[in-house]
Amino acid sequence: MKRLTPYLLILPGGLWLAIFLVVPMVFMASVSTQEGDTVNGFVQTFNFSIFGDVLTQYQTQFLRSVGYGLAGTAIAIALAYPVAYWIAFKGGRRKSTYLLLVLLPFFVSFVLRTVSWKFLLADDGMVLGPLKSAGLLPADFHVLQTTVAVIGGLVYNYLPFMILPIYVALERVDPRVIEAAQDLYASRRGAFTKVVLPLSLPGVFAGVLMTFVPMTSDYVNASLLGGPANTMIGNIIQTAYLQNNDYPTAAALSFMLMAAMLIGIFAYARALGTENVLEAAAR
Amino acid sequence: MHYRTNPALLRGMTQSRSVTRRDALRLAGLSAAGLALSACGVQGQKVAPPKQDAVAAYWASKKKNGTLRFANWPLYIDKDGKRYPSLEMFTADTGIQVSYQEAIQDNGTFFGKAQPLLAANNDIGYDLMVMTNGLHLGKAIDLGYLVPLDHSKLPNFAANAAPKVKNPTWDPNNTYTIPWTIGLTGIAYNPKYVDEVKSMQDLWNPKYKGKVGMMLDAQEIGNFGMFALGIDPDKSTEADWKKAGEKLQQQRDAGLVRKYYENDYVDALARGDIWITMAWSGDIFQQVAEGKDLRFVVPEEGATIWTDNMCIPKTAQNPVDALTLMDYVYQPKIATMLVEYINYITPVPATKDLVLADAAKASGDDKKALEQIANSPMIYPSESDMAKLRSYKALNAAEEKVFKGIFQPITQG
Repeated sequence: MKRLTPYLLILPGGLWLAIFLVVPMVFMASVSTQEGDTVNGFVQTFNFSIFGDVLTQYQTQFLRSVGYGLAGTAIAIALAYPVAYWIAFKGGRRKSTYLLLVLLPFFVSFVLRTVSWKFLLADDGMVLGPLKSAGLLPADFHVLQTTVAVIGGLVYNYLPFMILPIYVALERVDPRVIEAAQDLYASRRGAFTKVVLPLSLPGVFAGVLMTFVPMTSDYVNASLLGGPANTMIGNIIQTAYLQNNDYPTAAALSFMLMAAMLIGIFAYARALGTENVLEAAAR
Repeated sequence: MHYRTNPALLRGMTQSRSVTRRDALRLAGLSAAGLALSACGVQGQKVAPPKQDAVAAYWASKKKNGTLRFANWPLYIDKDGKRYPSLEMFTADTGIQVSYQEAIQDNGTFFGKAQPLLAANNDIGYDLMVMTNGLHLGKAIDLGYLVPLDHSKLPNFAANAAPKVKNPTWDPNNTYTIPWTIGLTGIAYNPKYVDEVKSMQDLWNPKYKGKVGMMLDAQEIGNFGMFALGIDPDKSTEADWKKAGEKLQQQRDAGLVRKYYENDYVDALARGDIWITMAWSGDIFQQVAEGKDLRFVVPEEGATIWTDNMCIPKTAQNPVDALTLMDYVYQPKIATMLVEYINYITPVPATKDLVLADAAKASGDDKKALEQIANSPMIYPSESDMAKLRSYKALNAAEEKVFKGIFQPITQG
């Protein structure tokens, strides 16, 4: 019995993974190699050339999604780190209040929050309108339907997923370590770069995992805030599934996106130390 | 008559009509829906066209059951609080109880849910449904999912329907469908920024660089590309589609198009993000009714007319009751009650005088609203507008693939 215990403990999680990750992936792989249409039906033809075809056809959108994901993640780190640092070290007794403020937007639906940006940033809206009439901006200046708007929307929507893990990592840094560094004649800057930053890196790694993946596969921001040149791979998959009923193309794209992500994540975890990353992500 | 509050907002938030008009709020459930769809996507069996005696064979043994389950779109029937006056009259006149559901948000999702049930010959829970002419209705017909209508039981349709709505190209002789309501796809503009619009070419006018809205739907945008080149979409060929694709690509490359919109172009137009856009007539009518200064035009090259059609799924439990309702709403009196609420084009032209008569009896805001309806070219298009209207081309599966292959890359660059 004792030998079985670890397996029994892993069973719920294992089943979860099997049912919600492995089975759909296998199913998707199967659909992706079928050919046909909804009226005449789909037949399994093991048409593996579809992967090459969709990759060539949608190369631009793939690269764009990865680019947006990377840019969004970098901006999110730059914004999240100071916020997390401030809450962890200067937050005092109000720490939990500040964390609540970070999480507060999550009480409103993701889509509604994104739609609100359309009203805030309208060409003659409450932000740009006055600036334009004051002559500070040219009349044809606009933010909506630009790359800036899409990446901005991504950063806005996923920022808390970056703040929280960094905060958790910083929170666990013992202030006495910093005092010790200063006792050993480290400057404030030295104490930060040599002591605090390395100790908080697992949090940053975890944050990258939690923001890069959803940002890259996001399609809501591109469809609500983007213009003709901002289509992401998620929008293509959605069109292929729901409008074209072209399940093989959609499945091939989804499968390749997931595979690319998984490979990327494993390479990243491997390069930066799995234990650190998983530990920080699990906290 | 109680004029409901802010119909445009409700409709904009809840209603999407064409294939691509999804509701952004439902995007969240997409991956699950995608999987569910892919799970049922492996079926499909095209059937032979109905035989000569199919109508008689189907209807011979069917009886009236006194109950009816009706699936329709939101805000698509007259409503007074929680009551549906026209359906109550129907029940009083025929003894048929109606369970009315606003079950359809867009054709794709509704058809996606119903398809596996219909393929397995199971009840979909409705005896009557409303689908837009287009790819999904075409598939439903091709797959034999619809009941051929017994026109001997549709005398009001024969007597009162506008000639223009009879015998449409996508359903010759109204074999399976008759219209519930009709709308136009034309051009809308904001007169604050744009003087006057008469022609499709205005969507290609460099003056409006970055301020033009186009639709995301491949068929809508393809039609407009063809109109701009003087091609009738309904009679178009693959060569025409390619030419239209080039025309639309030029428009995109020149930086004219601000965005390819789903159903959010109305807000963008009202806010001034775009000045001129492709638009659906009812959307603009409702904005105008709310006091916004927007215009809708049928360009001189033409515009498309689409129809939301009543049809009976083959697994209907109460087909006779469904057919009874289909005919009942073609009485001018009932059609008037509907058009006064729905604000899209009615298939019953005789309603115009009845709306005017109602306006003469009403007072204040109600009177104004009713007069606006009767006099609106968006609800009663003029003869010259009607002559310019064209239908969507009915595409089979192979054509659809080619068609979308031409037009989707333009919107999804």
